[in-house]
Amino acid sequence: MTETTEHVYVMYIAATPKRIFDAIVKPEFARQYWAHENISDWKPGSPWEHRDPETGKVRIIGKVVECDPPKRLVITWASPAEAADASAYSRVTFELDTIDEMVKLTVTHDQLVPGSSMEKGITQGWPRVLSSLKTFLETGKPLPTWAKATR
Amino acid sequence: MDAVFKALADPGRRKLLDRLFESSGLTLGQLCERMGMSRQAVSQHLALLEEANLVSTSWRGREKLHFLNPVPIHEIYDRWVKKFERRSLKALEQLKKQLEGERHD
Repeated sequence: MTETTEHVYVMYIAATPKRIFDAIVKPEFARQYWAHENISDWKPGSPWEHRDPETGKVRIIGKVVECDPPKRLVITWASPAEAADASAYSRVTFELDTIDEMVKLTVTHDQLVPGSSMEKGITQGWPRVLSSLKTFLETGKPLPTWAKATR
Repeated sequence: MDAVFKALADPGRRKLLDRLFESSGLTLGQLCERMGMSRQAVSQHLALLEEANLVSTSWRGREKLHFLNPVPIHEIYDRWVKKFERRSLKALEQLKKQLEGERHD
């Protein structure tokens, strides 16, 4: 097996685990802070896709590995252009832990090819998405970064 | 956010963040290499960075791996940098228009 790399992102959000989980898996929420929707029936083994609601363009595809709402979601992750290449699939794990009034959301993106354009993309993407998710859930408004895309 | 600014206010801690930017998922031992700091000092800096949520960790068996968590830095960017940036971009755009306008005159 070739060497892979991983990134771990942590965000504390003042919201219930259910609201956070829904914000990830339900298109009507995701499109507001992520400018994309995650579409699936969220059953283990089912496909999922990350889609731009404006253009319908699918940016990321993969399979649902585990889905245990509102605590844990594990999905595989690849660019549609590399769908046939098994080594191009990385893995994303969302874990939600309630700590007092807050939820600690940990996003672990592993099995990435070091130095790949996917690695570069996700290291820019996750901090922005998580920051926007927090703002959206805590204030009801997405960050201006996404406002243009969601208008 | 105070914890983030405090954590960033030390060159040693910023150096640790730079190391984690270069390579993701390092152990305490690996982070001590080339740091010119005692293991105890590195460990204390890491605890502070973790408290400020600038470093995330994950256990692999008995090894604790450290990762750069730039999410709070992004929040600072959104809160403190972006609005000023937007203003300067606008100024540059106006300047460009003026200069290009002059050339046509």
